Amino acid sequence: MKRRIGFLSWALLFGYAFLYVPIALLVVFSFNESRLVTVWSGFSTKWYAELLHNDALLSAAGLSFQVAAVSATLSVLLGTCAGLALTRFGRFRGRTLFGGMITAPLVMPEVITGLSLLLLFVAMEQWLGWPDGRGVTTITIAHTTFTMSYVAVVIQSRLAGMDGSLEEAAMDLGARPAKVFFVITLPLIAPALVAGWLLAFTLSLDDVVVASFVSGPGSTTLPMVIFSSVKFGISPQINALATLMVLVVATGIFIASIVMARQDRQRKRDEQMAIQNG
Amino acid sequence: MRTVVAILVSGLSRIGLWGRGVVVAVPYLWLLLFFMVPFLIVFGISFSESIIAQPPYSSLVEWLRDEDAGTSKLQILLNISNYFRLGGDDLYILAYLNSLRIAAVTTLMCLAIGYPMAYAIAKADPARRGPLMMLVILPFWTSFLIRIYAWIGILKGNGVISNLLEWVGITSGPVEILYSDWAVYIGMTYCYLPFMVLPLYSTLEKMDPSLLEAAADLGSRPLKSFLSITLPLSLPGIVAGSLLVFIPAVGEFVTPELLGGPDTLMIGRVLWNEFFANRDWPVASAVAIALLLVLVIPIMIFQHVQGKQAEAGR
Amino acid sequence: MAGQPIRKPTRLEPWQDAGQTPYVRIEKVTKTFGDFVAVDEVSLSIYRNEFFALLGGSGSGKTTLLRMLAGFEQPTEGRIYIDGVDMAGIPPYERPVNMMFQSYALFPHMTVEQNVAFGLKQDGVAKAEIRDRVAEMLGMVQLSAFGRRRPHQLSGGQRQRVALARSLVKRPKLLLLDEPLGALDKKLRERTQFELVNIQEKLGVTFIVVTHDQEEAMTMSSRIAVMNHGVIAQVGTPTEIYEYPHSRFVAEFIGSINMFDGRVVSTEGDQVLVASEEAGCELLIAHATPAPAGSPVSVAIRPEKIALSKEPVAGGGDGRNQTTGIVREIAYLGDVSIYLVQLPTGKTVRVTAPNVTRRTEMPITWEDEVTLTWRPFAGVVLTQ
Repeated sequence: MKRRIGFLSWALLFGYAFLYVPIALLVVFSFNESRLVTVWSGFSTKWYAELLHNDALLSAAGLSFQVAAVSATLSVLLGTCAGLALTRFGRFRGRTLFGGMITAPLVMPEVITGLSLLLLFVAMEQWLGWPDGRGVTTITIAHTTFTMSYVAVVIQSRLAGMDGSLEEAAMDLGARPAKVFFVITLPLIAPALVAGWLLAFTLSLDDVVVASFVSGPGSTTLPMVIFSSVKFGISPQINALATLMVLVVATGIFIASIVMARQDRQRKRDEQMAIQNG
Repeated sequence: MRTVVAILVSGLSRIGLWGRGVVVAVPYLWLLLFFMVPFLIVFGISFSESIIAQPPYSSLVEWLRDEDAGTSKLQILLNISNYFRLGGDDLYILAYLNSLRIAAVTTLMCLAIGYPMAYAIAKADPARRGPLMMLVILPFWTSFLIRIYAWIGILKGNGVISNLLEWVGITSGPVEILYSDWAVYIGMTYCYLPFMVLPLYSTLEKMDPSLLEAAADLGSRPLKSFLSITLPLSLPGIVAGSLLVFIPAVGEFVTPELLGGPDTLMIGRVLWNEFFANRDWPVASAVAIALLLVLVIPIMIFQHVQGKQAEAGR
Repeated sequence: MAGQPIRKPTRLEPWQDAGQTPYVRIEKVTKTFGDFVAVDEVSLSIYRNEFFALLGGSGSGKTTLLRMLAGFEQPTEGRIYIDGVDMAGIPPYERPVNMMFQSYALFPHMTVEQNVAFGLKQDGVAKAEIRDRVAEMLGMVQLSAFGRRRPHQLSGGQRQRVALARSLVKRPKLLLLDEPLGALDKKLRERTQFELVNIQEKLGVTFIVVTHDQEEAMTMSSRIAVMNHGVIAQVGTPTEIYEYPHSRFVAEFIGSINMFDGRVVSTEGDQVLVASEEAGCELLIAHATPAPAGSPVSVAIRPEKIALSKEPVAGGGDGRNQTTGIVREIAYLGDVSIYLVQLPTGKTVRVTAPNVTRRTEMPITWEDEVTLTWRPFAGVVLTQ
């Protein structure tokens, strides 16, 4: 028995090392003096300074944040509707097709999503005259389409896990369906909305393949810049950028876990109190 | 009075129904327009001919008007040569086989690393499971490209592994792992590992620990219990995790492009090159359709498993 | 059945009065889900101020019937009238009915006060009045000090009372309760049964309770409808249901019972004589519905209505309602003991006897041969 636990601990340790050593190395070498990112030659922050003067990269980053924010917001709106339709509306005509279309983008290869959307945009331009060329709008639409599936799945599972009688109780007490949604359902699925938005934002900020297909001249996203510069070889500037990204994510997670730990403690105290006053 | 009330009630409930309709219709129409229609267009264009024009493909449907006879006819040209090209050219067949092989190896590697991790986390103290799982998912929130990029520095000649091997004295001179199939396996395993651990953990965690106690009580040794109880019960998690890794891995583009060698051909890369380098949109579309045909069975299994889990969750 | 609040004898029995109009009328209501028939042509009349119980096992259709009254499900066929108004097409938020949910369904993001005030707010009641009525309701369920708490800061019993207050604050004429005591432990459940009955009598609200617990139904309700496979097996007061079951199902569902199969020998007035090989004697039943001689029937006798003695009983009515057997099992429950007696025919009879005096040595013990006797009023003849 003891030996098995030993094996499991090693497996866990190996797994985490596999996941984190590459990221750690990335961070360490972002402070390397030398252009060679694998040989240590002294501490320096010059790559960060260079990064801050890389206008092409900064403007791409700005564009990416804009696209990610808009498409994440649209995804949450659409994904919430889809999640509601799939969990609360029972059977309706075309539900099977709808369910299929919601989950299919989750497993659709990016190259196909990108190609098919580009061909749609070209055809639409040909027939309708819109969209006029490709750029921020087309990237945003494309990102909304594939991220809304993730949001719908997150919200669907939250709704399915929620006690349906809460909504029935509100209706029983005289609230109309729309009111029930805004006063009861929405506050209760708020954590899933936040999680869904963050997920969609991250996925959008991460996408290089779909964006490469549907972007036009002058609308280069941050991942596209990183991709082309990585293809030409490694550059310490990318290490610096990666370090900044890791820093942002780590800070966010750190704050979130502190908040969650505090809520958890509060909840335990409340439950204790409830037991005591019987 | 009562009829007035009844009319009001029916009117209001109709508005309620209308609201419901909007909630379904908006995402439905969005998906039809931006998911279903594009797919049909790809299917259509895969039957057209590549021409030098803007857009660079021929129209499938044409009105031919014969002025002398005063008649017109509708001509539909279906060009299936694109598919013949896929079937006849070793390059494409090799790319398909390569994609399947690389995806399969990646899936197995994810399973080999992910199963013990998921098992260990599911066995850990309940208070520690959350943070441990968080640590598995955390890298997912950092950029995918950055994570691939990290491996370039590790795998290349004169990279971290090469230097380490030299320093220990196993090798003399730089070792180049980058730009090979192995680099692709490692990179893809690295990127897809959380997708394997997540479903495995959720099935293993749900498992009633008293099952193993009962098995032990009935005289089964730990290893035997694992093989005869835990493993079969975690099968849904294994299937879901494997499909979550395998399906996107088959169509992967970025990892082989950045870590693979020139001979690491995968369908995603072939499609990309046909589209961007050769500007042959019809062939790229045919490649896409063929790729979907390869994936249709795993995707259907995946949807079936998802549907069953959604039902069980209710 | 510990501590039944005995119904006051002055209580009205509106279902006996032909001049009364029912408050809730369910007419031939059927509900199907796909191929499954959840409720099958049920008709029921429930009157003002009744405490009516729908009793049945899981899948008996009782909850579906309740949800149709609340408006969460629409009948596939049939009509439901509440206070004379046809409820077809009227959504839950427009019905003069409130419901207490099995899970209580307290809104977790609202305080106790906000939960109770929710229904009044939907009706646009003035703020000051909302405050007063919420305070009044919380006072009634003894939770005045807990108004600012969130549901998860309350114990199970307190949550149950909040749910009750919330469903009563709109002063509905009809309250639907879905397993109201199901989530409470046994002690609390017994205490709460009294409270529910008291509140119902004080407010004069009609209660319809769904329960699977026969003891709960017997204790609280004025009438019980026993449901089985979507059909109502019997409607009646707790006493009628217990003492005069109409069918084997009802007899066996409520409490425990001994069944003897046999054939009718003769009928004189309302006295029926049944010959039963299983019982090993002839059974005389008083106040029975007449049945033709020779027809197969079952005779049901409750375990507490059978007397046990070690000596043969003299003059026990010419061998009728009297048989002998051997004690095979004894279960001592404190207040009563249960004896399983095997008759020579192989049939096992269950007998309960109160432990009237304190003794450590029992007068009747394992493998004793005993005589079982019962009065003509003890048995019920079941033709189905």
